Amino acid sequence: MSVRIVYFAWVRERIGKGSEELELPAGVKTVGDLIAHLGTLGEEYAEALSVPGVIRAAIDEEHAGHDEPIGGAREIALFPPMTGG
Amino acid sequence: MAARATAGQAAPVTVRIQAGDFSLADEIAALTGGRTDIGAVVSFSGLCRDEGGRLATLELEHYPGMAERAIRAIAEQAVERFSLNGITAIHRHGAIAPGGNIVLVVAAAPHRQAAFDGAAFLMDFLKTDAPFWKKEHLKDGGAGEWVSAKDADDKAKARWAKARSRSE
Repeated sequence: MSVRIVYFAWVRERIGKGSEELELPAGVKTVGDLIAHLGTLGEEYAEALSVPGVIRAAIDEEHAGHDEPIGGAREIALFPPMTGG
Repeated sequence: MAARATAGQAAPVTVRIQAGDFSLADEIAALTGGRTDIGAVVSFSGLCRDEGGRLATLELEHYPGMAERAIRAIAEQAVERFSLNGITAIHRHGAIAPGGNIVLVVAAAPHRQAAFDGAAFLMDFLKTDAPFWKKEHLKDGGAGEWVSAKDADDKAKARWAKARSRSE
């Protein structure tokens, strides 16, 4: 499955890019699987995602928990807890 | 559009994500103009603090598309839950200097408690659910830190789950 991944704030800075198109292995079925998979792609990913529990996600612009399935997603966003307002 | 407070007029939900500044007076006028059913307007403005003189600018990063969608969803819930006459929310992005506006919420209702609650509800959910992130740029040229999310913000949101307020 090919999907667009977007990153924000310090997740974006640590990974070193704002977005990318990735081909995901068949075993990557949930947001949590995706975070674990990305952590294997390189040191910068491992560092950005070293504490998976703090990473928030959105699937196609809707908030998603780590156990949410990602099948059919067009865009998945990963970011730190939000600090707007 | 969600629920209406009184018969006759719709309850407009206006949400804008913009780099430029906004005018509180203009937004109140836009929400209340031409209506005679509104008895209370509560506004909240969030401004950029200078953090004891250390801060040069605050950088607001956002997730375009989702930012507006998330705030609109919260605003529509506020209209329905508190039977508002209408609500406006504006959030800025980009570089903001100390003293500058960051966010505006204007809630209108027939009576004051609903207007107070609607504005507070929207802000409490916006803080934790709207995809914005603040980074500090310091006057001493320091690289600046991403602002950390506060437990207090999660608690502020959680109170709406238990307390059904007087205005509901």
